[in-house]
Amino acid sequence: MTTLGDYLLVSGILFSIGFAGVMLRRNLIVILMSLELMLNAANLSLVAFSRFRVDPNGLPNYNAQVFVFFVITVAAAEVAVGLALLVALFRARQTTDVKDISSLKF
Amino acid sequence: MLGSPFFPQSAIRNPQSIMSPFLFWIFALLMLVFGAAVVVNRNPVASALSLVVSFLGLAALFMSLDAYFLGIIQVLVYAGAVMVLFLFIIMLLDLRAETRRRINWLATAGGIAVALVLLMQISFVVSRFQLARQTFPALPGSTIDDVRNVGALLFSNYNLPFQIVGVLVLVATIGVVLLSRREPR
Repeated sequence: MTTLGDYLLVSGILFSIGFAGVMLRRNLIVILMSLELMLNAANLSLVAFSRFRVDPNGLPNYNAQVFVFFVITVAAAEVAVGLALLVALFRARQTTDVKDISSLKF
Repeated sequence: MLGSPFFPQSAIRNPQSIMSPFLFWIFALLMLVFGAAVVVNRNPVASALSLVVSFLGLAALFMSLDAYFLGIIQVLVYAGAVMVLFLFIIMLLDLRAETRRRINWLATAGGIAVALVLLMQISFVVSRFQLARQTFPALPGSTIDDVRNVGALLFSNYNLPFQIVGVLVLVATIGVVLLSRREPR
């Protein structure tokens, strides 16, 4: 049988992969994708806890699932705005590499 | 519960049959391998397609946790809408595979080390967490009607946050239109 810890560990590994992507990659699109991976890792542990905490009616705790629903909605909005910024940036600078965007760098 | 042919009644009534360890590890491995492929791939198109497979694995894990509604939302929103958006932007900007630049080995090693330390911390916390060793309790109740349950909660307890999210999506839409408009000269 799978335990709660298995799900949490898989979620942690997925979060670390996304985190490594944000740290290592220099392409802005791939950085946005890695952000999505991290958000989804958090969603997985939320759903695992939701299933783990069964209420007296014999149903999972749906509060966590509603929260995951909100996270998915906000993540979709975030991707749309992020990609629009990316297009605006590409128009101005013809690049998606974070190394080339260093005007604000001290 | 609709009498759907996709989920036989027995499988819904007895969730333990769905949550078999073999399937769990298959889908978890699928998700993690393709998640790593997102980061490793040099070509953005390959990264985006790996992300689709990773999200499908995650949707399967949601369904193994009896969250059918979220699993389907995951496929529709992520594997459908968000991925089309990513691929569309990649094609629009005509991004090629990154040219092999000089790799800054110090920064790369530092990034990997920080991610590994984070992973070690998470696994340490999970290993010390007593509840994490328990298996999932069986659902003694009736059939799972999670679309209705999530929807009822969404429109009663979480009505205000739901409307705020609606405003947020509207603001995001207006912002995207404003950002992607060509600058008037």
